Amino acid sequence: MPAIWCWINTMRKTMQGKAWHKYLLSLPPMVYLLIFFAAPTLIMLFASFRYAGEYGGLAPWYLHEEGRLTLDLTLENWQRLLGTDIYLRLFLKSVGYAVMTTLICMVMGYPLALTIARSDRKSRDLLLLLVILPFWSNFLVRIYAWMIIFSPVGALTRMLNGLLDLVGGGPVTLMYSPTAMIICLVYVHLPFMVLPLYANLEKHDLDLLDAAQDLGAGKWRRFWLITWPLSLPGITAGSILVFIPVLGMFAIPDLLGGTNGIMIGNVIKQQFMESRDWPFGSVLSIVLTVTAVAVVLLGARLGQGRGGRG
Amino acid sequence: MFLWLSAALVYCFLYVPLVIVVLFSFNDSRLNAEWVGFTWKWYGKLLHNREMLAAAMNSLVIATVSAGAATLLGTLAGIAMHHYRLRLLPLLVLAPIAMPEILMGVSLLVLFIMVNMTLGLVSVMLAHITFSIGFVALSVQARISSMDPALVEAARDLGASPWRCFREITLPLLMPGILAGGLMAFTLSIDDFVITFFTAGVGSSTLPLQIYSMVKIAVTPEVNAVSTLLMLLTLVVITVASRLSPTLFRAQ
Repeated sequence: MPAIWCWINTMRKTMQGKAWHKYLLSLPPMVYLLIFFAAPTLIMLFASFRYAGEYGGLAPWYLHEEGRLTLDLTLENWQRLLGTDIYLRLFLKSVGYAVMTTLICMVMGYPLALTIARSDRKSRDLLLLLVILPFWSNFLVRIYAWMIIFSPVGALTRMLNGLLDLVGGGPVTLMYSPTAMIICLVYVHLPFMVLPLYANLEKHDLDLLDAAQDLGAGKWRRFWLITWPLSLPGITAGSILVFIPVLGMFAIPDLLGGTNGIMIGNVIKQQFMESRDWPFGSVLSIVLTVTAVAVVLLGARLGQGRGGRG
Repeated sequence: MFLWLSAALVYCFLYVPLVIVVLFSFNDSRLNAEWVGFTWKWYGKLLHNREMLAAAMNSLVIATVSAGAATLLGTLAGIAMHHYRLRLLPLLVLAPIAMPEILMGVSLLVLFIMVNMTLGLVSVMLAHITFSIGFVALSVQARISSMDPALVEAARDLGASPWRCFREITLPLLMPGILAGGLMAFTLSIDDFVITFFTAGVGSSTLPLQIYSMVKIAVTPEVNAVSTLLMLLTLVVITVASRLSPTLFRAQ
């Protein structure tokens, strides 16, 4: 009891004056996020060592035996992950799709970001708004749009097959293929690349380019020696913002990818919803979390190493 | 010239799909394949689609409640992060934004089932608040850092109490940032599919979930119609938000 009094007294003292405001402000959001963000993550880590319940979900983590409580935990789920190369391959495939999406976003986003950053102030806001606008339309609507475009009865597929027919090629289907999936992944995530890139490119000191021109550097030389190296932090930031959500994606592979376009997110979803093997689903989720954190840390380090400009 | 051309192509890539969705919502044909004629009938059908109307209602209720709560918590977090050197709070606020959504979805599912909570509107709201707090906090923080600290100091010098100072100076100045953050939370909630997918139960289907289940079965112009309406709604909310805080969208 005295210990509790002591603690309350210290709390009271620390909460007097300015410190009191600090707790009033930061405690409510902190407690909320501890309960609904930090705790679930830890619970999932714990769940990865538990047995699956008989009817899905989780089995109890303790056993009542002869009046004693014993822990009933297992490494089985982790062994299952490492026991075969199915999951490793699936994971590498997902990483491959995510890398490809990121690269395409970079190739498409760079000229766009550069155009916006180099246009005059008045049109800049409008051009930028035009990039953000589709980004604010519903995620599923944007996937659905591509389902229409790739549909077997759609104009694109028929036109393509008409052309292929002329040159003697067999008919193709666009829908339910990794190609369709990647196009849609790029479409959905492109703004994540363009916005940080623009934010970086806009800050460049244009005098540098003028100076280089005065000294006789050509257009491409100026780009490769000045603009490109300066924009690396922007590229890093954009790549992280594209790579991470793509790596965990399940809706786009689900709707457009077909059997070949399965990603790690689909298997996680399957474990939690259809096969209801939560412990193994937790194992896969943790692997995904660790990868995401590693990518963010790596990106942050790369950004710092380059002087953190922009 | 090369730059402008490639930029124009990318803009086409961004807009053609959405234009197709909107156009075909007025097309008098079951197939989203070629233009047959103009009709309003898909919108008419929507009005009689009970499930869709219920889902729209759910979406609105969830978005309103969760945006309200997230605005309150996010504003507190934003102010706290600006004024004090905190370690844990920024991490807790930013990490949910940086993680793949599916992780938050499944871990919240495990949490809700563990405490024996029935999945429904409430679980979806709690989940939406979780991912919205960060966005509001960032919006508020951006606004505070553009504020002139001299204003508050002047008021303090003239004898205003900290509370009065907050109420009459800081809060009104922060308002655009708070409102913009709140509207952003609202649209994020209306739009969210992944986290809702894992935390919604029977009878708490939202518009995105409804669209997902329809699209899984077949492509139908009714989906085009509801998509068009959804785009219109988001457009209105975002226009209002950007009027309130023009810098917000540039900062991101």
